[in-house]
Amino acid sequence: MASMQELVRLMKSLEDQLVVCMRCGMCQAVCPVFSQTGREADVARGKLALLDGLLQEMFKDPRGVYERLNRCLLCGSCAANCPSGVSVTEIFLQARAILTGFMGLPPAKRAVLRGMLAHPELFDNLMAWGARFQSIFTREVNDVIGTSCARITTPLIGDRHFRGLAPKPFHRLQPGLDSAPQRGRPRVAFFVGCLLDKFFPDIARAALAVLQFHGVGVFMPSGQACCGIPALSAGDTQSFGRLVRHNLALFEARRWDYLVTACATCTATIRKLWPVMLREETAALRARAEKMAAKALDINQLLVDEIGLLARERRKGGDPVAVTYHDPCHLKKSLGVAAQPRAVLAANPDYRLVEMPEADTCCGMGGSFNLQYYDLSAAIGQRKRDNVQASGAAVVATGCPACMLQLSDALSRAGDRVAVRHPLELYAESLGTKT
Amino acid sequence: MIRKSLLKEFQIIVGAENVFSEDTDRLAYSYDAAVLEAVMPALVVRPTTGEALGQVVRLCNQNRIPLTVRGAGTNLSGGTIPIADGVVVVTNALNRIEEINEEDMYAVVQPGVVTAKLAAAVEAKGLFYPPDPGSQAVSTLGGNVAENAGGLRGLKYGVTRDYVMGLQFFDVDGEPIKTGSRTVKCATGYNLTGLMVGSEGTLGVFNKITLKLIPLPQDRKSMVAVFDEMAKASEAVAAVIASHVVPATLEIMDNFTIRAVEDHSHAGLPKEAAALLLIEVDGHPAQVQDDAAKVEAICRSKGAADIRVAQSAAERDKVWAARRTALSALAKLRPTLVLEDATVPRSQIPAMVRAIQSISARYGIAIGTFGHAGDGNLHPTILTDRRDKAQWQKVEAAIADIFDRALALGGTLSGEHGTGIAKSCFLEKETSPATILYSKRVKAALDPHNILNPGKIIGG
Repeated sequence: MASMQELVRLMKSLEDQLVVCMRCGMCQAVCPVFSQTGREADVARGKLALLDGLLQEMFKDPRGVYERLNRCLLCGSCAANCPSGVSVTEIFLQARAILTGFMGLPPAKRAVLRGMLAHPELFDNLMAWGARFQSIFTREVNDVIGTSCARITTPLIGDRHFRGLAPKPFHRLQPGLDSAPQRGRPRVAFFVGCLLDKFFPDIARAALAVLQFHGVGVFMPSGQACCGIPALSAGDTQSFGRLVRHNLALFEARRWDYLVTACATCTATIRKLWPVMLREETAALRARAEKMAAKALDINQLLVDEIGLLARERRKGGDPVAVTYHDPCHLKKSLGVAAQPRAVLAANPDYRLVEMPEADTCCGMGGSFNLQYYDLSAAIGQRKRDNVQASGAAVVATGCPACMLQLSDALSRAGDRVAVRHPLELYAESLGTKT
Repeated sequence: MIRKSLLKEFQIIVGAENVFSEDTDRLAYSYDAAVLEAVMPALVVRPTTGEALGQVVRLCNQNRIPLTVRGAGTNLSGGTIPIADGVVVVTNALNRIEEINEEDMYAVVQPGVVTAKLAAAVEAKGLFYPPDPGSQAVSTLGGNVAENAGGLRGLKYGVTRDYVMGLQFFDVDGEPIKTGSRTVKCATGYNLTGLMVGSEGTLGVFNKITLKLIPLPQDRKSMVAVFDEMAKASEAVAAVIASHVVPATLEIMDNFTIRAVEDHSHAGLPKEAAALLLIEVDGHPAQVQDDAAKVEAICRSKGAADIRVAQSAAERDKVWAARRTALSALAKLRPTLVLEDATVPRSQIPAMVRAIQSISARYGIAIGTFGHAGDGNLHPTILTDRRDKAQWQKVEAAIADIFDRALALGGTLSGEHGTGIAKSCFLEKETSPATILYSKRVKAALDPHNILNPGKIIGG
């Protein structure tokens, strides 16, 4: 470990952003982790004070701060509710990068991030092996949700009810695409994202079908890498830079109007974090990333704001099915996208939208947070599950595959028979385009 | 440092998981929302039952350890900044609403219940808990009572003090003390409730609070009056009060604040206006019509250039959303924001407004003024960067001047934020040496070892 003076010097780069927090404490009203623990070190104000404490050389050892900094979902609820406009997510990610650089990446994270994730081809191959063998260790528990649990207790799975890896990832079903738009329609670059590729290929297929239906041209290069959020979250800016460079090179091969994803987290990462988290890279690379980031768009937003939805006749008999919508933090709080996914749902007359209480509170997933703090994550998920139940809906839809994993786990463990879907899947159904 | 054996005793009382002794956890309880130096406590405990709370108080007293009670830590006068070597007692696990009695119209709560949660729970039953401090989304009722917190509705509905019917609190030995009652009238014993409200944790530790509830008003109407001079707006405020119409809220915003709010939230406020009054009248529909007409006429007679009455609930919400963003909008302008709350008799609002403007000019510092003009409680809000030493000295001098002017006009140092540490050295100016001595004697009698939030209100 380098000296604390060196750490203080590095932390200085955050001083101007840290000083913006006036300690008003309003973040306590919205932090999902704080709502469970009531501990000040779990809420943004406390964490910002700890980072300030590092700057003031209040600690002999940064480890305590590092641990507490990682107890955060990066949901951005605090930032969205912050009277002073503190860039909480950016500060936390920068601080994680500084502290990780200072203390070194833990070996397990190093193996996953630098050994696997940063090498897209190897990552794809390893996951394909996983898909082949997962049925040996797991059994199906809920056919409506499509979840499984461990056959025998294992520390990695615990008592999770999880959506398994798809038998065939999307990139095997559809390796690449380059189609021309109809007159007056845009050409979009489609960024698939890891979770859609490996867990939810049906959503990616629905997305392409819907885009095709509307005459949108699609450029989808093969060999896509992760958006980089797991690396950023772990403070590994080296792997993040590598992933961004890889994706930039692929997507810059063609001209297009928007970079579209069906994953809230990918969109938010590309749009909001690519421009600010490449401090160690060259100015030229940052400029390229900024250019692409400015064109990143959630697919619901594209359909509603740029294309226009088509409402069809009802295809099914009986009463419309009640569907409720969960706002992914990375759509509503990061990007302000909340009305569009609801409009997409409303376009299918076979469903009837009912709002759940607290639709925009975090589901507790937070990527690696779920792995590190499963009990906390599950408790937050339980509250979301209770709210889904309270709505009485038979389907819960959300625009983020990570939220879908968490909702599936929470609902399945409660024994609920509520299907978890992406708005696009329901829209594709109504258009009759679903393949 | 806390001895190991004592640490163990705290762990036995509240559970090991509710005792925080690592420096990283303790640092997170070293500050509140006041712009003051942080002080790191020796230990933080978070009792989950009232019984444990009492035992913590007793243990602290037995061992002469200073104790600072903390709810949400939104205090604006430093009342929750702990003592070095002291213990912070966090009440946010004591967050049960024990009873909402619709027939007798009262609620009994634990001290850690969040203000807005109680307000929502009683409103669902057609009742009303009016005190609405700016931090109500996170502030606790225990903290509200300890600070005698106010809010936007002060002029018609009063402040926290007016809703505390009774308390159950622990004295410094951890013995339960009962004061007040669930009855509307109660004439027994000393009015200890009156003594405890606003005592900032220096005389006892609240365990249960009985709060008065009132019926929800049937109707309300909001309007915005636009003025081309701050003086005209402040005269309109004084005139409304003098006419004996009592709006539920009567808020003022100066041009500096209007521009900040408009740039921040695009609520459609007129940026060229020198001042705005935001007014809401409520009550029986007939009275609402009547009062609204009177307020409108007064504003016009005082030279309002324009008056916009909200035509729908959505429009009304927009008016108040704009007001609520005032602090945020100002906060975004500079790194440090100092929110003052010197308060004057309402007839003196025009004079106080002039005084703040001249102080701002004299020291060359940016002061946005908004606030609860209707109850005399302005919020001169100073924008600065605390890291700039020279400017910070000017800010401190300006604050002292604001206090002096408020007192000269027959006002008070603090309408709703409390004395805490920030104003304790000015308190004698508002009162008298004998008042401070009297207060110190009360404190010494009730807390002989001076462990209950020492240094607050009456100084060290």
